[in-house]
Amino acid sequence: MKKILISLYGNDVAPRFDLATEVLIASMGEDGQVVDEKILVLPQASAEKLCHMVLTEDVQTVICGGIEEEYYQYLVWKRVEVLDSVIGPANVVMDHYRQGTLQSGDILLKRRQREGDENS
Amino acid sequence: MTPISAANILGLFNLPVPLPFLLDEIPLGLAVLDAERRIVLVNRALEGLTGFVQQEAEGIPCSYILRNKNCFDNCPFLQMRAASEPVVQEGDIINRDRQKIPVRVTFAPLRNAEGKVVGYLEAVEDVRALRAMDSSNRKPYSFGHLVGKSPQMERLFQVLPIIAQSDSSVLITGETGTGKDFVAEAIHQASPRARDAFIKVNCGALPETLLESELFGHQKGAFTGAVENKPGRFRLAHNGTLYLTEIGDLPLSLQVKILTFLDDKVVYPLGSTKGFQVNVRVIAATHRNLERMVHEGRFREDLLFRLNVVRLQLPALRERGDDIRLLLDHFLHTYVSQFQKPVQGFSPKALQVLLDYSYPGNVRELKNIVEYALNICQEDLILPKHLPAYLTESRPPYGEPAREEPSPSVLAVPVGDREESLDWAAMERKMILEAMVKAKGRRSKAAELLGWGRSTLWRKMKQYGMDS
Repeated sequence: MKKILISLYGNDVAPRFDLATEVLIASMGEDGQVVDEKILVLPQASAEKLCHMVLTEDVQTVICGGIEEEYYQYLVWKRVEVLDSVIGPANVVMDHYRQGTLQSGDILLKRRQREGDENS
Repeated sequence: MTPISAANILGLFNLPVPLPFLLDEIPLGLAVLDAERRIVLVNRALEGLTGFVQQEAEGIPCSYILRNKNCFDNCPFLQMRAASEPVVQEGDIINRDRQKIPVRVTFAPLRNAEGKVVGYLEAVEDVRALRAMDSSNRKPYSFGHLVGKSPQMERLFQVLPIIAQSDSSVLITGETGTGKDFVAEAIHQASPRARDAFIKVNCGALPETLLESELFGHQKGAFTGAVENKPGRFRLAHNGTLYLTEIGDLPLSLQVKILTFLDDKVVYPLGSTKGFQVNVRVIAATHRNLERMVHEGRFREDLLFRLNVVRLQLPALRERGDDIRLLLDHFLHTYVSQFQKPVQGFSPKALQVLLDYSYPGNVRELKNIVEYALNICQEDLILPKHLPAYLTESRPPYGEPAREEPSPSVLAVPVGDREESLDWAAMERKMILEAMVKAKGRRSKAAELLGWGRSTLWRKMKQYGMDS
């Protein structure tokens, strides 16, 4: 069983780890299927409290947007995998993670074409 | 529709002027947004500040790219009407290099000829240099984020402001965790380039082909997947500082390109014959012994000479004497106020353990230990039981320090209360382990370092179950 934490901003990955007030914690079985999923609402945004939650919830992978170096290093030091600077809806990001294709810096948000573009 | 890179300004001159070219020359981060606050265009200065280039940012909501604190609770564009005046706000952003940067952002509506709001303009100013100058932020025994009062650090603090004022290349060496990144940033912040970008590139983090494109950029069509022009980190750092960390991991072929750049200050993107003149100060850092790498043919001697104009060797924490105590108190104070815990300090025993430890991970490790202890501690004082277990065990957690220089006292075992509490077997085991690491696993060399015969070493390793 593997636990993944995604910091949320609405339905998307929160642009900033330290300002996220909601997180999705998913438990994934050996076969890559999500067996349990819960959304936790935090009383206030705090990178320290989120790091603490990652450790107490025994999370193995954190998926987030921007994260400060010191929190990134702290989590890595604690042997937590951190995929940061990810932009996109949480469900799409989760699918990519399950397929093993998600990387730090991935932008999975649908881009809006400018007015007048052929595909708009 | 024409790509944004081909958007022109008409009527200013006889011929159309490309808008991106004009914006790129403005030394202030600029973002043009559509009416739904999605990025239309970012200039080079903003690319440098956020780490997101035009192709990545285009069409994405501004808050995902800029990642400003104010985006989430106080976005001024939400209240902006056609008649609104520009609004200035202070905040902070977290860029792709995981740096938190204080910024001053000016938000202004963009109106068409009829006065209707068609989009917005954001001007982002990096105010790190201003904050650094603020005397209220100045602390004793420190420079930038560096803290220390040992003679080695005092000397460093004296030379850093002088080095910052020049444009010479700087080579920072020192073990992992000694603060090479902080020194590089402190030099940039104290330099006349502080208003412009500080771009960090980890030469060991990317494969050779990607690194070349990352550093020098590429031309559209240069290789499969190069669908757009990419400026590269050298051009993003124009007028600023390019910090090449882990330069010892740079492949030989790229060393030649860096060497050429240091000579003529011209960048040639991949697939392009046209060069771009850039004004960039280069700071490089590594924990490797570059002289030895030159000797082994793994690093170009001429590049070493060019980078080695100013050499800063950062001392390992174990060589900094009283600084360990100073840093313990500094980080304790920082985390106590951050975590809001009523911890007064360290108990004498815990302090002794901390002072006796050799810190192979240097300041970074010390900082992590204090943070860990403070997380665990529920009392007034930090006791030995609150410290990471490996500090009170005989086995080092991460092996030997990441230094390459031969140590004068290879098998010097630190003597302290903690060490005395070990029994002889544990001490001998530790000595064998250290010798084996030093000898890179060669038993005959390890035996020589220990002053034993090979058979004695073999017998003792078997005795301690270390022979598998």
